[in-house]
Amino acid sequence: MQDFIEFFSFTDANIRYVTLGSVLLAASSAVVGCFTLLRKRALVGDAVAHAVLPGVCLAFIVSGTKNPFILLIGAFVTGWLSLVVIDYITSRSRIKEDTAIGLVLSVFFGIGILLLTAIQQTGNAAQSGLDKFLFGSAASLIGEDLIAFGVVAVMLLVAVVLFFKELTLLCFDQAYARTIGFPVRGLELLLTTLTVFAVVVGIQAVGVVLMAAMLITPAAAARFWTENLKVMLVLAALIGAFSGIAGAFVSYTAPSMPTGPWIVLIVSMIAILSFALAPGRGWVARILQQRRNKTRILEENLLKLLYQLGELRQDYGNARSLEELLERRNIPKNEALGGLQKLKRQGYLQKDDGRWVLTPEGEKRGRRVVRLHRLWELYLTQYLNLASDHVHEDAETIEHIITPELEQRLIEELNYPDLDPHSARIP
Amino acid sequence: MILQVENPVVEVHDLTVSYDRKPVLWGIDLTLPAGALVGVIGPNGAGKSTLIKAMMNLLPVSSGYVRIFDQPLKQVYSRISYVPQRESVDWDFPASVFDVVLMGRYGQLGLFKRPRKADKDAAMEALEQVGMQSFAERQISQLSGGQQQRVFLARALAQNADVYFMDEPFAGVDIATETAIIQLLRLMRDQGKTVIVVHHDLQSASEYFDWVVLLNMRLVASGPTEQVLNQELLEQTYGGKLTLLSKVGDLLRKQEFPAREKS
Repeated sequence: MQDFIEFFSFTDANIRYVTLGSVLLAASSAVVGCFTLLRKRALVGDAVAHAVLPGVCLAFIVSGTKNPFILLIGAFVTGWLSLVVIDYITSRSRIKEDTAIGLVLSVFFGIGILLLTAIQQTGNAAQSGLDKFLFGSAASLIGEDLIAFGVVAVMLLVAVVLFFKELTLLCFDQAYARTIGFPVRGLELLLTTLTVFAVVVGIQAVGVVLMAAMLITPAAAARFWTENLKVMLVLAALIGAFSGIAGAFVSYTAPSMPTGPWIVLIVSMIAILSFALAPGRGWVARILQQRRNKTRILEENLLKLLYQLGELRQDYGNARSLEELLERRNIPKNEALGGLQKLKRQGYLQKDDGRWVLTPEGEKRGRRVVRLHRLWELYLTQYLNLASDHVHEDAETIEHIITPELEQRLIEELNYPDLDPHSARIP
Repeated sequence: MILQVENPVVEVHDLTVSYDRKPVLWGIDLTLPAGALVGVIGPNGAGKSTLIKAMMNLLPVSSGYVRIFDQPLKQVYSRISYVPQRESVDWDFPASVFDVVLMGRYGQLGLFKRPRKADKDAAMEALEQVGMQSFAERQISQLSGGQQQRVFLARALAQNADVYFMDEPFAGVDIATETAIIQLLRLMRDQGKTVIVVHHDLQSASEYFDWVVLLNMRLVASGPTEQVLNQELLEQTYGGKLTLLSKVGDLLRKQEFPAREKS
């Protein structure tokens, strides 16, 4: 708790820098990741992230310093090279893209680890800290590093804003973009470069191994909440920023803890929550919808039952006992009772001496269900040529989902019928 | 019966297109007149879409060239418009109907510039022309096939081009949409635009088009509808593949031969 207050009061200048850096890095890679995701190149981001490691090591070997600009250049070169190799393999051989990505990722990463181990064994004192590129360390985002990575992150955000229209069209309809004279090759190059840069700046905080998650997961999570690309970009940036702060906090309170896994766990939690809770697309929303459907089916079946009994005996006003209802239709007793009580609360039923009777509104709704059932049976026999003894089951479901507009069209197409296929009157 | 025209809008010269070295179109020589509603017709796998894509420079060609208004494509981007096949894009993309139609203005706008108010007016007008104005704010993921096709058409209309290339605009759409589209295409033709349509249905072809191109890996016929749509030419187009041609194509691919000696 002490740590929490200390960190989030931002009194320490270092904490301010680390937080600012993490937010910038995470947000910029999340924004670029949106386009990578929409272009369906998510795996490519992973390959680039792993391919960055040999570049960092080579830059260190050649220069002998840990100057962030030099390391960035090294990372950029091999990251880019990996993409060129993937494209070359895919276009010049029978190897498909997913295989090419797998090959390139493992070969580049293998070389990277080899170089890293070699550097560590030289005993060069300057090398300590290079291994942070593996799993990330947000807390080391200070001084020169912060400036270097921050500048690139801001450039990324500016580029996305500047090329928003072009990148959107490239991701949605590349062929069309070419026919209106857009430099599609150049734009592809731009998006690739942005992706590489996003990875390169992100590795300081997250590390090469888990960088792909920073690129793709915020975008995937944001996609659940919105159908508007601009909103999606902002949301992804916020999700990225939030996990960035969380990572910086972890890195601050437990300096020996690698930051990358923490950031990735947090951003993955957000993604899972989005997957579960997002309106419409999320599975909680879908489960709720299914439950609503189930209650509706139960209620309408009960109203239909009461209406049918009334129709049979020509006494809609008489009350029926629960047993009388269950005799005609097999519904679990508890469920039926619950449904009846709910219908009473809604004003469709009245309870009269332990027996149930339809209110005028209930009768109207029950009649409509019976009408839809019989209309649908008639439609199936007339338009699909089904035998009249095969249509009941189908109509049992369809009667609950037909909208008033469809009902009207059904009646018109059947030419205002009086009788269903079983010669029952359509009310 | 291949009729060449004076001052063609579109000129295709000795065009050969290959996939993986196997030619799917052989030496097409074709000219199309201005102000016509042109149907490109042929069986499945005849290379109809390939021809349109090659005209739009979307595919590498093994030989030949395409000129539009007697100029290379690069010079006339602002005068042409392409309507791709509906299935060629992912309709789950986060965009509204209006966003997509507005893309029709991007060519005129050029890079960096944001759509201006006038562009939005043009996009809205294009939506009205296809009867989709009330769908402007709708998400494209919620559209039916026919509505998707109308949106693509509106995007092309917003371009205000002189020649339109449409890849299967009638594929998988409802009758109402098909009628609406053909009426619109006729209106465009009457305004002096040239509309080139890939079409798969022979039944409606004679009614829809005033110029027909029959295609089956090679150009079988090109000319006014009433002269081209006859028994003999249709049999040549649909009466079985030229198996020898296919065999030679397969050979080119297997042996990695170029379609032309010098490229």
